[in-house]
Amino acid sequence: MKMKIILKDIPDLHRIGVYESNGGYSAFRKALKEMSPDEVTNEVKNSNLRGRGGACFPTGLKWTFMPKNSDKPKYLCCNGDESEPGSFKDREIFEKNPHQFIEGVLLACYAMGIKSAYVYIRGEYYKWINLLQAAIDDAYKKGYIGKNILGTDFSTDVYIHRGAGAYICGEESALMNSIEGKRGYPRVKPPFPAANGLWGCPTTINNIETLANVPEIIKNGAEWFSKIGAPKHPGTLLFGVSGHVNKPGVYELPTGTPLMKIIEDYCGGITGGKEIKMVIPGGSSMPPLTKEECLKANMDNESLKEFGSSIGTAGVMVMDEDTDILKVLIRIAKFYYHESCGQCTPCREGTGWLLRVLKRIDDGKGRLNDLELLTSVAQNIEGNTICALGDAAAWPVKWTVKKFREEFVKRIPKDEIDVPVLNKVHSLR
Amino acid sequence: MQLFNEEELKRIEEIKSHYPDARAALLPVLWMVQEKEGWISPDSMKYAGDLLGVPYEHILGVVSFYTMFNNQPRGKYHLQICTNVSCMLRGGYELYNYVSEKLGIKNNETTADGMFTIEEVECLGSCATAPMMQVNNKEYYENLDTVIIDNLLKKFGKSITTENTETTEKN
Repeated sequence: MKMKIILKDIPDLHRIGVYESNGGYSAFRKALKEMSPDEVTNEVKNSNLRGRGGACFPTGLKWTFMPKNSDKPKYLCCNGDESEPGSFKDREIFEKNPHQFIEGVLLACYAMGIKSAYVYIRGEYYKWINLLQAAIDDAYKKGYIGKNILGTDFSTDVYIHRGAGAYICGEESALMNSIEGKRGYPRVKPPFPAANGLWGCPTTINNIETLANVPEIIKNGAEWFSKIGAPKHPGTLLFGVSGHVNKPGVYELPTGTPLMKIIEDYCGGITGGKEIKMVIPGGSSMPPLTKEECLKANMDNESLKEFGSSIGTAGVMVMDEDTDILKVLIRIAKFYYHESCGQCTPCREGTGWLLRVLKRIDDGKGRLNDLELLTSVAQNIEGNTICALGDAAAWPVKWTVKKFREEFVKRIPKDEIDVPVLNKVHSLR
Repeated sequence: MQLFNEEELKRIEEIKSHYPDARAALLPVLWMVQEKEGWISPDSMKYAGDLLGVPYEHILGVVSFYTMFNNQPRGKYHLQICTNVSCMLRGGYELYNYVSEKLGIKNNETTADGMFTIEEVECLGSCATAPMMQVNNKEYYENLDTVIIDNLLKKFGKSITTENTETTEKN
């Protein structure tokens, strides 16, 4: 099924004129004219659209958490931090279809009664920040953003806030701190952003891709959207495929598309005709899939649960039979060690332990019980931190060691004496 | 110190109007400082603090938190090469080592002539176009190999006299 909601095959769609002549901003016009804010929210809720940032939270439900009558201003944060290794989908939206994202922002603002939206984009995306700013400027000129939009009493502003290189700022509460001009430290929840977000005001945070889906839902209806792809996780996903494939890139496909179909039919198979060894299905924090699992996996959140994994940001990293899994895991562990903000001890210290234990295995100084030690440290990070970065650091280690145990065992010297007691001191419990 | 001219100060006022609290303009203002000076010195931190009513200590904390803010001077060309998994699978480390050896500098070091700084960086969202390099926190150069790198370095090396920082996107 050829189904494209966001990355449509229309030349020059990034130009506002082309976007308009292809039905662009008609959903927003329709909402302003014919729909109440609640009707917009309900449509999104009924579509069963789920967040595309990794947590798969139902978007419409999230919108309903915003207080209807608030003395304080309300804010929308659009999360374009996109720093999860293996994710590169939002930049495609900024480049190919920025106005559909902007229209989604406007619909969200209308639905929740928001007057200021901040688009947080990672600092490295300088080119894409400029592209989006140009699109926002055009939308202002045409009267889609600003005061008394299209002659109504609805007004809203859209601003870009450039990040400065911190993975953690993709975490929603760290993102808000970063907008406020602070270090990007995640906040303790509750209170949740809908009650106490930016500057203590009600705030909703949505992913760029999530918002880009909204105009088509309003235009075509919730039912239409809910029937695309996997029923429990409907719509399309922008799969960003990288690693050992012949044609890496971003492919928009319905949720539930078999992983091997993506790799074989769209990405032209594995480079050099080799076999698959491991695939990370949704950015580096997601548990990996073995070759056998890849053959069975469908790419939606519910299906991947079966393999202990999750869709994440749909950043698919493909590794061939010659890949050194230990080296890959060391690189992932190094990333989380570098990006831990340092607030919570389990994450700050634990990520370093994981890295050092993995490195000693790589140096040929590993012990057999290091594998249990890795699992134990990972489990003591997981769930014991303010934000999900701890989980993101723990999952790949825990699951890679579990699913690819042989890859680690073969690197451990046979004559090494096992010293389980020695490592007991590392246990936190 | 008076870092910004009138036009830039006007721009800062405009940025401040985006937020209900002027302190939120800190990241944009720090970007402007770095754009102008190449790095963010303690003096310019104090200057930015005076503009926005933010204590120096807070700014120091912010500058040291975000990896893209340089709290020390960098070479004229700050070369940032990604070695995260997707790049690593397609030769990110080979590229990094090649550039490092060619320039004779290690991670976060600057060449003696002040031309190049090399830095190993985390995923920059160029996974399908790996390996890649970012220059001066702005331009992406993607699908790199040693031939392209050689040409790029030659070009950068030449522009020392012409001040030509214009670059072409390789997609």
